[in-house]
This record gives sequence, structure tokens and C-alpha cells, in this order.
Amino acid sequence: MTGRSDEWVQGRSDDSASERAHGSASERAHDWVPGAIISRRCALQGTGALILSFATGPAAVAQESPAQRGGGRGPSLPGSLARAPYLDGWIRIDAQGQVTAFTGKAELGQGIKTALLQVTADELCVPLERLQLVTADTARTVNEGYTAGSHSMQDSGTALRNAAAQVRELLLAEAARRLGTEPQRLSAEAGVVSSPDGRKLSYGELVSDSLLHVQAQPTSKLTPPDRHRFIDKPQPRVDIPGKVTGGQAYVQDMRLAGMLHARVVRPPSYAAQLTRLDTSEVERMSGVVKIVRDGNFVAVVAEREFAAIKAMRALQAQASWHESAVLPERTDLTRTLLGLPSQDYTILDSQGGTGTSASSHEATYTRPYVAHASVGPSCAIAQFHDGNLTVWTHTQGVYPDRQAISELLSLAPEKIRCIHVEGSGCYGHNGADDAAADAALIASHLPGRPIRVQWMREQEFAWEPFGPAMIAKVRASLDSSGRITAWDYGVWSNTHATRPGPAGDLLAGQLCARALQSPAPRPLPQPEGGGDRNAIPLYVLPRARVVHHFIPSMPLRVSALRSLGGYMNVFCIESFMDELALAARIDPVEFRLQHLEDSRARDVITATAHRFGWAQRRPGGHGTGCGFAFARYKNLAAYCAVALEVEVASGGIRVRRVVATVDTGQVVNPDGVRNQIEGGILQSFSWTLFESVGFDTRRILSLDWARYPIMRFSAVPDSVDVQVIDRPGEVFLGCGEASQGPAAGALGNAVADATGKRLRDLPLKAQPA
Amino acid sequence: MNGKLHRVEADADTPLLYVLREDLQLNAAKFGCGVAQCGACTVVVDGVATFSCVTPIGRLAGKEITTVEGLGSIDAPGSLQRAFIEEQAAQCGYCIAGMMMRAHALLLKNPHPSDAEIRSELEPNLCRCGTHMRILRAVQRAAQSSSGANPGGSK
Repeated sequence: MTGRSDEWVQGRSDDSASERAHGSASERAHDWVPGAIISRRCALQGTGALILSFATGPAAVAQESPAQRGGGRGPSLPGSLARAPYLDGWIRIDAQGQVTAFTGKAELGQGIKTALLQVTADELCVPLERLQLVTADTARTVNEGYTAGSHSMQDSGTALRNAAAQVRELLLAEAARRLGTEPQRLSAEAGVVSSPDGRKLSYGELVSDSLLHVQAQPTSKLTPPDRHRFIDKPQPRVDIPGKVTGGQAYVQDMRLAGMLHARVVRPPSYAAQLTRLDTSEVERMSGVVKIVRDGNFVAVVAEREFAAIKAMRALQAQASWHESAVLPERTDLTRTLLGLPSQDYTILDSQGGTGTSASSHEATYTRPYVAHASVGPSCAIAQFHDGNLTVWTHTQGVYPDRQAISELLSLAPEKIRCIHVEGSGCYGHNGADDAAADAALIASHLPGRPIRVQWMREQEFAWEPFGPAMIAKVRASLDSSGRITAWDYGVWSNTHATRPGPAGDLLAGQLCARALQSPAPRPLPQPEGGGDRNAIPLYVLPRARVVHHFIPSMPLRVSALRSLGGYMNVFCIESFMDELALAARIDPVEFRLQHLEDSRARDVITATAHRFGWAQRRPGGHGTGCGFAFARYKNLAAYCAVALEVEVASGGIRVRRVVATVDTGQVVNPDGVRNQIEGGILQSFSWTLFESVGFDTRRILSLDWARYPIMRFSAVPDSVDVQVIDRPGEVFLGCGEASQGPAAGALGNAVADATGKRLRDLPLKAQPA
Repeated sequence: MNGKLHRVEADADTPLLYVLREDLQLNAAKFGCGVAQCGACTVVVDGVATFSCVTPIGRLAGKEITTVEGLGSIDAPGSLQRAFIEEQAAQCGYCIAGMMMRAHALLLKNPHPSDAEIRSELEPNLCRCGTHMRILRAVQRAAQSSSGANPGGSK
């Protein structure tokens, strides 16, 4: 575990002592410590709290790319408090006692709003339904970078939880001062502080501007798990009732006064240059307000939406482009990628072990380009007003998006406000930021009017940044007892992060007359990594070498797709573990356990095997088989194991039954965790069985759902059973991306079990044995 | 439309989806693909699940159209809406209105469908978040809780 501060808490349970022995860096000093807090509850009474803790390094506030993080090194504050330490940046209370929580993270359909409300309500002793929550907005919330990397609970959840606890303590202290008593004699309940003699002061009466405008302290009096009312209790998501009753839930649903509808006319291929554009006919079309041309950027604006679409089609027909064949041969993709220059980073090189190899094994695995393929194409609204620009966007990062738009339009960031509004699920860097920039650029030509841009389906498929194609080669040796003695792994990949920040990462930036350049790509550093995310196995390997072959040159536009390289690396490692287990004639689950010391890893594996009935499963063959896989996401976040059963028939591969177990540390919303894990499993099945971006040497060809098929109901498993291991008092580990890799590994292993044939190229295409 | 008569001025070739969203300011039916491949725009026309993105408004005079807004409201959700809330059957939720309308059409003709019948009926509709298991459970729950006459609605 390199590059991460080892933070350590006194008074840990045995569990965490063994964690430390195994090098886990997941503990943080500020979280609740079983045994170290003597007596504490919302109603604080008696002896008060004693927290024994110290930290040796800065709190980890990792985004998807720590290099892009910005922000200084403050004191060791919990979660995102480290980059935004003032409590009133997170919690505000008005004179009427209305509590508003603020987060720099965005609701992406993962249920983060509900979970953040749960932690705030518990620590502040306020009923959840009386809380308001403001999400990512450059005018109102702190800068928490991107909502990515399964970091929202670790970053924002931890910050809000600690901020709420500290605000509660400040209110108790203020009440004690006014009542002439000690804070520990007071209790807080439903937004009111009470003393034993019956005197009461509401939060609204106690609060003042100066009271909460103070910097957070490194430690908080967090409510112990046995006093939780909302945390670790199933909480219905606050956004679902609106979404199932036709509420205005998405940026696509916003209708602003005077709003115009725009559509972009995209080039037919990446390098195409606009050679001729006759706008005269389209300008005369009914309802057309304006045609915007800036270099290769073309858009049409109309009063009504369908008129904008018709005008877009007409304008497409009037545009001539010079195209170039800049894409590789798809049939030769692996050779093309391996032939590109790479920067090689050795991310693990351990030379232990004296075992003698009895056999050696090797394999190569490939993954194609994979699309985010959100069901709703990207959309944004932008409006110039008195030289200021407001953008409503489903970006994952309102602050970086604002920076990019600022550069694109040469407009000071202070004059731009980016407000997150939900879109269709994103699963990473899709067209959201580009659509926001499109809207902003078009709005700059039509000041005063809100401009709504929605991409067409084919535009999303052609222009979104894909999850990169990848190749992994692995070699390993076994000794005569079936233990791995040596491991050599190499993974080839483009970057997994071309997010704006820089305007050159926006399509509008690249297409406009200034033709801004995307900055040189850089690998995301370990321990989280990018293409090499999860490339280092969690297994105990005495001699091991792992090399990240980072390929700077990007034949296709690529960026972050849910779990980055983690999906592919876990698929490869877990497939190969099964290949080795087979060679060693050891049960795959037993083989994994023999190479694992981390007790929480072992727990999810044994719990999954038990629930699935792994020991009692039928032997594979005759078209059915079982598979198992495990990973700890990023080797430092949630643990997840998956077991499943498939049938392989002439119609293809179908998953019948899935059992998964997740350990995400302290659980906040158990049903929310299950929803995320279940969704990750099904999406991973879709990637693993069906998905591959199509292209010829000029154009992206998979422009609709017929040419980019994803999972439909006929391929959905009979059952998916997710168990959540409860770890009260542990730190939040996140769960949004934990199941992606294990689901793919288990599926590949089950297909091999069913057919006797190992498939190493994604998507998996099996024939019955 | 949802039990009320509406008069709209639109070109006859305008797809129903844009009339719903722009003229009638209804949010539920969504633009997904525009070519009847994803189901996000699904509404019910005379009892039949219909892709509103490819259905010209000119063909719909006199037809009875139901959208999610016609099943109930946030204050008084219909049985299908209640079932989706109870099963927490959404992640991003963008596809869900279309799923509900296709399920509503199924329950109109078959109030107690089997799991296989629900899967088969929902095949045209895509979900990218992987909420399928919950969607199936929600439709089953609605089927068990609803009366025959107005399966998805509030009665």
C-alpha cells in the first residue's frame, strides 16, 4: 500500500489490529472508536466524551485524480472538511430553525442525497424530513471536485457527518452558556436543546452567523452506532417519489421562461473539417432563431424543440465535411494498441519467496471500447444575463466544468455559475460536460435567452468518451502444493481521465475556430490508479511484478467509465486465479482463501460461498456452470465477492442466479447499498456479454441501440441476492463501483465451468459445449 | 389525455413526445433515442404501450392517452407508483416512467402476469443502471395490489 498515509486509531477492536498488520490504510483517526468513547448519545449526559485518537498524515481527500484535486494541505480534517473547513459551508440554520445541508457532490442516481441526509440528521439530532439539502452548485456549495470514484460517502458523507456533529456540540455549548449550565447536562432532540429542569432552546434561537462560521476540528463527538436513528437503517430515497409521478426531476425537464431549443450539428467523424455550410434554406425554416457557426462547431436554435430537430437534420444535409481515416482497424485493435508507444510504470515489484515452481501458466485478456450509453442523451441549459452566465448541467464536477467553460468563453470564473441538475445516469465521464459547453457557447450568441441543448442518441454514441480498450498479459508459477510462487502482470491502457478542467477537453473547445488542444494525457497515480486500478492483486504473492503500460496516444476519445481499469483488471486476475486453481486441482474459493490474509476479504468470500451453497453446487458441464470472483475495489475501498450460475445454450450465455456480498464499512442506507451493488452487477453483465463500440477507420458506427446492444430483460438473471456485511463504526468505503469487476470475473469463470473453454476476450461469446 | 380533453396546435408530423413535453409540460415521458429502440418515451394509447417518440400527433385525434401523470400524483400515488416506491425501483430513474407505462398496458390486458410474461412485455425498454430486478418486483407487487379496472391508477 504505497503513497497513502497510515492513519491509526488507538483502542481499535481486534479486527482492525489485524487490518493494520496487513497494511490496510483504510482507518482514519476521526471516526468513531469502539471502546474509546465512554458514554455518548444525542442526549449527552454524565461524564461526557473521551476520544483517544491521533493522526499522522493529512486526511485523504482523493478524487478520481488526486493530481487534479487542487487545494492545500490543511490540518487533518475528516473527509472534504480538509478542503473546505468552515462548518457553515456544510450546515446552515436559519432563525426559524430550518436546517440546510450543503454538499459539493451530485446526485447521479446513486442515492447520495438520501445517504447524506441520513448522516446529517443523525448527528444533528433533527428529523430527516425537516432537513433541506443543496447539492453541487458553484454559487452555494463547497468545491468537492468530481462526484466520482465511489468517493462521495468518504469525502462528503464524512465531512457532513463530522460537521453536523460539531454544529450540534456548538449549539449545546451555546445553550449551556445561556442557561448557565454544562453542555453535558443538556440534550438535543428534534432541533431543540433541553435541560433536565425543562428549559428549552430551539436551534433557531441559539444560532447566529458567527456561531457556525468556525473551522472544523479534527475530531468530532460522533454518535455511536447503537444510537443511530437513520444511519444503517433502510431509508426510502427522497428522489424516487418525484421520479415515478412525473415530477421535474432532470435537467431535461426544466422549462425556463423564454427558453429556446438548440441542437448541435456534429461532424460525421473525429477529424472531419467543415468545408461548406449553406445556411440559407435552414434560416428560412419556420421557428428557426439562429444558426451558430464557430469553426467546426455548428448549432441551430429554434423556438420549439421539434423545429430545432428538423432544422438540425436539414443543416446536416447542407454541410460538407472533409473526413480522414484516423481510426485503427477494429479487427486488429490489440496489435494496434500494443504497437503504440507506452510509458511503463512498475507499480509493484516484490522479490520475496523461496518456493520452487512446479508449473507455469500465462494468458492474455482483452477488452474493447465500452460506451457509457446513458439512456438519456446529454442535456444542458445555459443563459447569459448582464454578462454573467448560468449553466444547469448534469456534470460530475461543477467547479471543473466552470473552469473549462471559463477558458472556452474567455469569461472570468466568477461570472459563471454552474448548477448541477440530475440527468440520466452517467456511469462516468459521458457527454454531460460537452453538452454544458455547447449550451454555454450557443448562449453566448443569444444573450438573455435560456438555451436548452439536448444531444441526439447518435451524437451521444458517436462523441461520448468511451471506456478505453485494454489488454492484460499475466504469467504465474505454482509450486507442487498449489501455491502461487511468482506473478507477472502487465496492463496496456490509455488514460481513464480526460475530464475538463481544460477547455481543450471539451468538444466545443476542440471544434470551435480556436481549435483548443486536449492536454497531454497522464496516468492516474496509484494507489487508486487508472488503467492500473486493481492491477495489483490483493492476494499474498511472494514474488510479484505489475507493470502499467500507459499508452498516451488515443485512437478513440476515451475517459472515465465506472470503475476505470478496475473492471478489466479484476476480470483478468479473477479469471486467471480460476485458471490456476484448475491447474492446481484446488477448489476456486479455497484457492483464493489460501492466498488471502485480509480478514474482511475472507469474510465476504466465505459469506458468499455459504449463501450460494458453493460447496454443494453441481459440477459444471452440460451447459451449466458456476463461477466465483472477489476484489477489494482499488485495494482500499469496498470488499465484494460474487458467485453465480450460468447456462450456455445456442441462444448464448444467460446468468440464472447471483449471490453477492459487500463490505462497505459503516453502512448508511442498506437498501441503497444493495441497489448500487445489484445495479453494478447487472451493468457489468451487460458490458461482459454484449458491449463493444463499433467503428471503421473513419467513423464510430455503433450509433444506436441496435448496433450497440446492451442487456435487455430477456438476459436478466432469475435472481440477484445481495448481502451487506454490517461494520458499525468503521469508515465509509463507498459502493458504487465495487461489484463491477467481481461480477465480470464470476461470469467468465462460470462460462468456463459450463463449457470447459476459457474465454479471455470481452465481450464473452460462448457456444454450447 | 389522462382523462382530460386537450387541444394543441402542432404540425401533424410532430411526434407525440414533444407535444407531451413542450405543449402539455408533462415530464414523465422521456427522450431516449427517437427511433423506438429504448422505451423511455413509452405512453399508453387506447390501452396499448406506444413509443411516443415515433408517433406523429396527427394520427392521434380522438385517442385516449395515458402517461405516468395519469396514474396518480406524488400526494396520491397510484398502485403502480406505490409499488415502484415500495420496491425502491429506480436508480437514476430516467427509464422508469417508460417502464411503468409498458407495465400499465400489460396489467390492463393481463392483471396477474407471470414473471416470464412481465419480462417478455418489458423487453423493448432499456435500463442502464441495472434496476431490472426491482422493476420486475414492482410490477409483480402492483399486480398483487391493484383492482382490475384501473391497474396502475389510484382506484
